[in-house]
Amino acid sequence: MTERITKNMARNIYFGGGLFAILLFTGLTFDTVQKIPKLSHDDKITESVALGEKVWENNNCVGCHTIMGEGAYYAPELGNAFKRLGSGDEQAFKTYLAGWMAAQPLQTPNRRKMPQFNLTPQQVTNLADFLIWTSRVNNQEWPPNIKG
Amino acid sequence: MKYTSQMVAKPYFIFALILLAGEIVFGLGMGIQYLYGDFLFPAIPFNVMRMVHTNLLIVLLLFGFMGATYYLIPEESERELWSPMLAKITFWVFAAAGVATILGYLLVPYATLAESIANSFWPTMGREFLEQPTITKVGIVFVVLSYILNVTMTVIKGRKTTISVLLLTGLFGLAFFFLFAFYVPNNLVMDKFFWWFVVHLWVEATWELILGALLAFVLIKTTGVDREHIDKWLYLIIAMTLISGLAGTGHHFFYMGAPGYWLWIGSITSAAEPIPFFLMILFAFNMAKNRRIQHNNKIALTWAKGTAVVGFLGAGVWGFLHTLAPINYYTHGTQLTAAHGHLSFFGAYVMICFTMISYAMPILRGRPHGNGPKSQKVELTSFWMMVIGMIGLTLALTVAGIMQIEMQRLPDAANALGFMETQAAIKTVYAVRLAFGVMVLAGLFTYFYSFFVKEAK
Repeated sequence: MTERITKNMARNIYFGGGLFAILLFTGLTFDTVQKIPKLSHDDKITESVALGEKVWENNNCVGCHTIMGEGAYYAPELGNAFKRLGSGDEQAFKTYLAGWMAAQPLQTPNRRKMPQFNLTPQQVTNLADFLIWTSRVNNQEWPPNIKG
Repeated sequence: MKYTSQMVAKPYFIFALILLAGEIVFGLGMGIQYLYGDFLFPAIPFNVMRMVHTNLLIVLLLFGFMGATYYLIPEESERELWSPMLAKITFWVFAAAGVATILGYLLVPYATLAESIANSFWPTMGREFLEQPTITKVGIVFVVLSYILNVTMTVIKGRKTTISVLLLTGLFGLAFFFLFAFYVPNNLVMDKFFWWFVVHLWVEATWELILGALLAFVLIKTTGVDREHIDKWLYLIIAMTLISGLAGTGHHFFYMGAPGYWLWIGSITSAAEPIPFFLMILFAFNMAKNRRIQHNNKIALTWAKGTAVVGFLGAGVWGFLHTLAPINYYTHGTQLTAAHGHLSFFGAYVMICFTMISYAMPILRGRPHGNGPKSQKVELTSFWMMVIGMIGLTLALTVAGIMQIEMQRLPDAANALGFMETQAAIKTVYAVRLAFGVMVLAGLFTYFYSFFVKEAK
């Protein structure tokens, strides 16, 4: 098949196809950027949620966990942690999370270990608010079930 | 070697190989932690191991690409490198920054690094693969700019070939998309969206241009096939790369909060992503079949063909396995992703570095016709050990992923196992994975040994 294609034709396919792909992707990017705030409830990002995201990043949580399916696969998905571990009750979730963070690392021999991050109570609350916000993002009803 | 300035490639190649050894060692460390959670805990927790593992991979590939470019560009441009001195300085700056960053990961708690001056002024840390402190990211920008300047000036002043122009296009793309690493919005969804501009548009777009150019170069040198013919293939490959790969970024936007139309656009466009990799197989084997010269460096051509095949398997086949939205709904964030990641990075990018190194290193060491037959035989053994090791590891992770889906994702909430219970149930598979990982490391050491094989007179 390639005998019939000349180098010039191939180059034109590259330039034409490449340009088309760039334009398409750029257009979709602009549209997506306009739609994300509504889909993610941008207006619900309080100062505490923003601070919680920094706690999440500064402790490299994504080095073990996934969040909405992205990250490492060593520890449970946390995008739906609020629904799974807090049963949708914000206060219960915060209490649970504070206890969980304080108990690390668990002493069970050879269980995968979560380090002790020495977070302040304020940081744990921020982290909880961040995870609560994340659990409400409209992400096409993923994961398939509550187990993550 | 035609131009003395090609010599600057040598330290880049050697350092890339050393980093690869480090990368695999940390990979094995994680493989052990998957089985024995107490291993090296709390000295090196899993997240630190993983960060070192993935960051070493990225840095070693950049070193490999840089070495390959510095070797290739003078020959393509038919002139000396614009500034060999700048290339040497870039090497030492990048090596020092890389080592310092890795030591930082290992010796300082991550949260302390995150409080460092540059990062608290402009926070960019704590995102997968982009864990580097802001100051390191700034350093990478300078290193890449000096590299691109050097290559651009050489290309401008010399002969311009399709290979050198496309390589340069890939490099500019690499530099441009890395800038998104500095954009960290408060909205996690927006953050994820632009994070993929670095990650996906590196490995599934701009790096493929670099890969295509390097592969074409080695094929020209080892087969003697007409440039006109090679160029045509190269254009078709990268045309398909861009057409499928750019909007194909959408296969990452299914379930992270982006609009629903990505389910369709991402599925359809990324379903075409195996095509450029399949073309690479046709390309490599076609050129090998129609070769005009019998180059004595046979192993370099073996690596070139291997890159095309394993790249297609890892990026093409294993990518396609879970690229359609309805399937990805169940596979997203399972070990299947890890399986795909391992074989595609190895097949496409680590192996193209091996291809270049195996072609160029003997020449840089004063053996224009390649290493002797004994050495090539050892290298061939290392080739198969690493390839079989990586494919075995990938198959193990694939089985792990499928089991994970079966136990944790498919049943309804009442009957599904939790994450940790599922992981406990697939422990045996992780042991198999680890064994294949050991094989890869043994293969790499065999490769190192091939450099020192003495030929009978």
